[in-house]
Amino acid sequence: MLDTYLPILVLISIAVAFAIGSVVFSRLIGQKKPSAVKLAPYECGMPLIGSARERVSVKFYLVAVTFIVFDIEVAFLYPWAVVFKQLGWYGAGAMGFFIFVLVIGLIYEWKKGALEWE
Amino acid sequence: MELLFFYLVALIAVISGFLVVKCQSPVNSAISLVMTFFCLAVFYVMLHAPFMAAIQILVYAGAIMVLILFVIMLLNLGAEANKRYAHSVAGGALAGVVVLLMVFYFLRQGEATGMKGPISTELIAQIGHTELIGRTMLTDFLLPFEIASILLLVAIVGAIVLAKKEV
Repeated sequence: MLDTYLPILVLISIAVAFAIGSVVFSRLIGQKKPSAVKLAPYECGMPLIGSARERVSVKFYLVAVTFIVFDIEVAFLYPWAVVFKQLGWYGAGAMGFFIFVLVIGLIYEWKKGALEWE
Repeated sequence: MELLFFYLVALIAVISGFLVVKCQSPVNSAISLVMTFFCLAVFYVMLHAPFMAAIQILVYAGAIMVLILFVIMLLNLGAEANKRYAHSVAGGALAGVVVLLMVFYFLRQGEATGMKGPISTELIAQIGHTELIGRTMLTDFLLPFEIASILLLVAIVGAIVLAKKEV
């Protein structure tokens, strides 16, 4: 049964080998001609204004929580989708209530303007 | 072969778990935590629980890590994070040793009674892991499942109350 995961293992191995290989080989055979301009911190070709480690707006937190909540909703949908035909209308009703409660949350977010970036 | 692979992944899990504690930058710690989550997902696959593995990566390594990283950036610890507090290190070490002793105690106390639940490895292989979870979730554990939706609703409302200027 675990043999079916062999392609994933091969894929991960290639990805890791490529990532490590890129870094190691550019370190080994790459040319190093540092200059003041090259070593300067770089952001979109603009001269830097202050530190990049500014405090992030709390609006991002709202985006993150919204993402988590609906991501978990989707995670709950997968096992339901697998047994959808066996459980029929009973399962649809159970999942319907689940989604209904979360739609209330979505409407609340929408009404409060949490989906807007003002 | 499988045992060797297990030990390899376990080694990576322990090393990345150690890095979570040891890294200077909180963001590096969070990225190490992602590595630990991936190793746990591999363990779930080896325990014939592919759905758990998928959820581990999707929800933990994906969504929850996003939240942790955002909170790190919101707090913007900067120099605060680089300080080392001797008494907290001592307290953490003490708590760690106590937990380790407790784990050993319970492992020694534990007795295999031979009693097994109705779900066996053969049944999982026959019906499928995700099907079993889906059926149990929507029949036997319907109430906790619906309560989970209310928990998520509370999370949405709480986030809006915290983050919005005028609710």
